[in-house]
Formats: sequence, structure tokens, C-alpha cells
Amino acid sequence: MANSQLNKVNEALNKTLLRGSLDAVEPSSELASWLLNQRRGLMLRLLRDRTARIGLAILVLLMLLALAAPLIAPHDPTIVSPSLRLAAPSREFPLGTDHLGRCLLSRLLYGARVSLASAGAASLLVMLIGVTVGAIAGYAGGWIDFLIMRIVDLLLAFPMLLLALAITGVLGVGLISVLIGVVSVWWASYTRVMRALTLSLRERPFIEAARAIGVSPVRIVIRHVIPNVIASIVVLSTIEMGRLLLVISGLSFLGLGVQPPTPEWGAMLNDGRAFLRTAPQLMLYPGLAISLAVLGFNLLGDGLRDELDPRLK
Amino acid sequence: MEKAGTAMNRYILIRLLSLIPLWLGISMLAFSLGNFAPGDPATIIAQRLSDVPPSAEQIAAVRRDLHLDDPLPVRYVRWLGRAMQGDLGRSYRTNEPVLSELATHFPATLQIACLAFVIAIVIALPMGILAAVRRGSWLDQLARLAALFGASLPNYWLGYLLILVFALALGWLPVAGRERTGAAVLPALTLGLGAAATLARLMRSSLLEVLSEDFIRTARAKGLPERTVIVSHALKGALIPVVTVSGIVFGHLLGGAVIVEQIFAWPGIGKLLIDSIYDRDYPMIQGFVVFMGTVFTVINLLVDVVYPLLDPQIRFARWRTAN
Repeated sequence: MANSQLNKVNEALNKTLLRGSLDAVEPSSELASWLLNQRRGLMLRLLRDRTARIGLAILVLLMLLALAAPLIAPHDPTIVSPSLRLAAPSREFPLGTDHLGRCLLSRLLYGARVSLASAGAASLLVMLIGVTVGAIAGYAGGWIDFLIMRIVDLLLAFPMLLLALAITGVLGVGLISVLIGVVSVWWASYTRVMRALTLSLRERPFIEAARAIGVSPVRIVIRHVIPNVIASIVVLSTIEMGRLLLVISGLSFLGLGVQPPTPEWGAMLNDGRAFLRTAPQLMLYPGLAISLAVLGFNLLGDGLRDELDPRLK
Repeated sequence: MEKAGTAMNRYILIRLLSLIPLWLGISMLAFSLGNFAPGDPATIIAQRLSDVPPSAEQIAAVRRDLHLDDPLPVRYVRWLGRAMQGDLGRSYRTNEPVLSELATHFPATLQIACLAFVIAIVIALPMGILAAVRRGSWLDQLARLAALFGASLPNYWLGYLLILVFALALGWLPVAGRERTGAAVLPALTLGLGAAATLARLMRSSLLEVLSEDFIRTARAKGLPERTVIVSHALKGALIPVVTVSGIVFGHLLGGAVIVEQIFAWPGIGKLLIDSIYDRDYPMIQGFVVFMGTVFTVINLLVDVVYPLLDPQIRFARWRTAN
């Protein structure tokens, strides 16, 4: 009696916590299993949603600008010209110059490369680790699962930003420390989702059949489990990239990440702080760039959420 | 009644007991953080003790005094024993006990987090309810847009926008610090607006979900006015997920305060952490992880305990088994 009561409480608690908001809580197993069932044509369905289309358009535009930066940037983003400090916009410097006379537009364009690439790299690493560890936990079960999930619980007991900040802080400043700090925390939420997906696949007939004819567990995971979940995980991680971008740029804003003179949006915000009164544009542009990119990811995620539960549209 | 009460007590007891390994995990994490630090700890500490570069003997003396040559598990147990008595070591920077530094700075953080929480609730609930009730209208669209933008603006940018408008252009509020009146408003607003976006979305979807249920159709079929249906039938159930997630949101506000405090030179533990990081003050960073880990564990526990009290489904289940 007491046990079933406890289960009921837990179940209700989980259900409530995981519903609704992708921002407030980690990607849920409910969402994950929905994704699993929608595997076929998931991206296509997503693109039918207008909100998601706008989000994707923003992101594609930003990525094109980042890729084309060397072609379209009017200046070298690191060239310092003391005589041109805080210059107003002109034909030569379309957005003006910063406190060291560097071209703001060029810095923004090159900054897009660093900001988007580091969020992408973090996202990829997190995905790789999460998929591997989650599949192991879900498929192996037993004490391996128990141990992995306790570590996951521990990491998720903190707001992720705080722990990433503490780890980065201990390792010392630099983009590599930031990536290590962020990845060593973020893998936990993916592991949880991947484990849930693996558990739900484990009992499907085709996996049972593979087990029955003596296919090794490692092979089952690689050949049967992972191919079946990879589309869902990729979609999930695309959406999660917005949050990673916010955190990585945030750490650079605090002076812990990308170091000068490398242009990066968060670091540019940090540079502009001192000139808030005299030259607010130094802060406005990079902040706008970060917001736009994150908005793109959020629109994509919002479209997904609507597809997830059309009742709430 | 007896039986059901026991089940509830048992649930709380199990939650409480499960906190012990979690807290031990947090302490291990904090301890190992200090050992991830690049460089030899004895050399670093010896450098802290003197202005001139320390000699090999001085470094060896530090290593001997602090038993840095002991195996890691031995050092962890010794550190844990002291931590459980509230001794988290001394800050390299100020030489004050780490715990008292944390305790001095925590109220300031709590102040803006609480204020931000109130701001978030005051904005989010009406906005979410209106959006759900007038679903699909321009109001709903506007609320959705506002929530989307609110969730996309980095708070380390929003803070400066607010300073530009309310402190520099209008001059209504102080730019930074904690001394002047109204100084808490801008940091709290910066923190609260993002949380409001999340909560408003949740409030909307939660109310819409309840409104699609059968008992609402029944209430409407009875001819009850729409206002009564929403206020006295739907809202009660729709608030449950919001209350539950509020615990998490509050945790995120405490976490987000770290960056916001930096913007406004607000003397909370977030600023303390960043200053400690710049100064490579490892005991302080370790102490911060233990302290905040404990705070979040307690918040999670409170959410877990309050939740079953709120959900009528579970209350009724309890009540039914009692009869």
C-alpha cells in the first residue's frame, strides 16, 4: 500500500514537472518518447509550423553571415586604430568603431563564428556523451544504471549555470575551460533523456528478437538502439543550443571565456560595459546578436512544443 | 486515516533519507573541484602566504602542515569532518572563514531573488490566464511574443538596457550598489522578467489543459457564467503545476543572480563567487558549491513535500483509502 502510494506521488510529481515548459526543466522523457514516435518526417512536420520556420530562417541567415564573414566583413576585426576610437557610423565603418577603433560590424560578423561554433561544439559533445552514457545506463541496467543515474541526479541538483561556472572558474579562463565546464554539466540532462528512450526501446519486439538470436549488447545498442533515437536527439539538441549559446556567451561576458582580442558576442558585451554612458552602441549590437540567435532557437523549440501538444496551440 | 498518514510520513522520510547520499555527492564534487585546479596546491598556498616567491623549504612546510601528501580519500574524509562542523576553511583572499563570508553575502542574494520571484508571479499569472482565456486573440499573440522575447534576451544584456532607460535616461533608480533606496529594483526586475516569461507560458498551457477537460464542459453545460467556470473550477487545478515549478524557478533565480549581481555590483554571493574565481580563491569556490548545493537540496525537498499536499488527486486517494 505504502509503496503504491509513493509511486503514485512520484509519478504525478514527475508528470507535472516535466510537462509544459522546456525552459524551466530539463528535456523530459515524455517529450522524448513523443519524439520517438514521430521519428519519421519529424523535421518535415516541424517545418509545417510557421513559428518553427521563422526560427529556422533566422538561424540559417546567421550561420550564412558567420560563414561568409571573411568575404563580407569590411575590416580585419582585430586591427586597432587609436585615432578612430568610438567613431560614429560611416561608409567605411557601417556600425562605427569600438573603444580601440576596431570595426564593430566586422567584429560582430567574426563574433558570430566564435559564438555559434562554440555553442555547436558544446552541443555536439554533450550529445555524444549523453547518447553513449544514456544508452549504457538504459541498456545495462543494474548497478551501472544506478551509479550513472546518481551522478546525473547530483549534477542536476544545481542550476546548471552555477556548476558550469564553478568548474570553469577552477580550471582558469579560456574558451576550452568554458567548454569543459559546460559540457561536464550538460551531458547529464541528455543522459537522462537517452536512458528513457533506451528503456522504452528495450522491450520492443525487434530488440527482443535480436537479443534472442544472440546479438551482443554492444551491437544491439549500436545497430538498433542508436539509429532509432538519433533523429529525436538531434532535434532536441538543436533546441538546446540556444541555452548553451546563452551560457557560453554569459561566461565570456563575465570574462571567463573567450579572451581579447578574439571577437565573440559575450566578450564584446564585456568590453562595452565601461562605455555604457558614452557609447551604448558597443553593448547594444552584440546583445542584439545574442538575442536574435537565441530567439531563433526558441522559435524552433516553440514550434516543436505546439506540435507536441496541439491542444495547447 | 492512520494508514494513509503513515504512507505520507514514509514518503517524506524516504525523501529525507535520500538527501544524505545526495549531500555526500555534493561534498565530494566540491572537494574534487579544488583538486582539479591546475598547478601544485602547496606551491599555490605558499605563494599566497608571502609576497616573495616561496622557497622549496617553504613549499615543503606547507605540504607537511596541511597533510597534502596524504592519499585523496584520507584528505576528503578529514575535509568532510570539518565541513560538517561548519568549517569550510578560510578564504585565501580575505582570510575570513569561508562559511561566515557566505552567510554575510547570502541575504543580499536572497533579497533580489525573492523580489524577482514576486515580480515574475505578478506579471506571469495574469498574463498566462488572459492568454489562455482569450486564446488565439491578439492578446494571446502579444503575450506569446512577449514571453518568447523575454526568454531570449540574455539577462546580462537586459540588465544594461534597464540601466540605460531607468537609471541613466530617466534617473529614477540608482545604477549600482546596494546603499541607496530602490537599488534592488533593477537587479530584481532583470532577474524576474526572464522567469515571468517561463511562468506565463506554463500558466497558459496548464489552464488550457484543464479547460479542455470534461468537468469544465459539464460546468459550462450547467449554464455557469464563464467567469465562475474559470475562477472557481479551472484555476485551482491549473495552478498546481505552476506552484510546483515555482520551486525550480526560484532555484534558477538564485542561480541567475550570479550574473545579475555582477552587472549591478550587488554584494551577494554571486559577486562573491566571481570575485573568488578571478582571485583563484579555491576554498571559497569549494565552499560556494557546498553551500549552494545544500540550499538547492532543501528547496527540492520543500517542493517534494508541498506537492502532494496540493494535488487533489493524491489527497483524494489518501482520503478514499482512509475510509
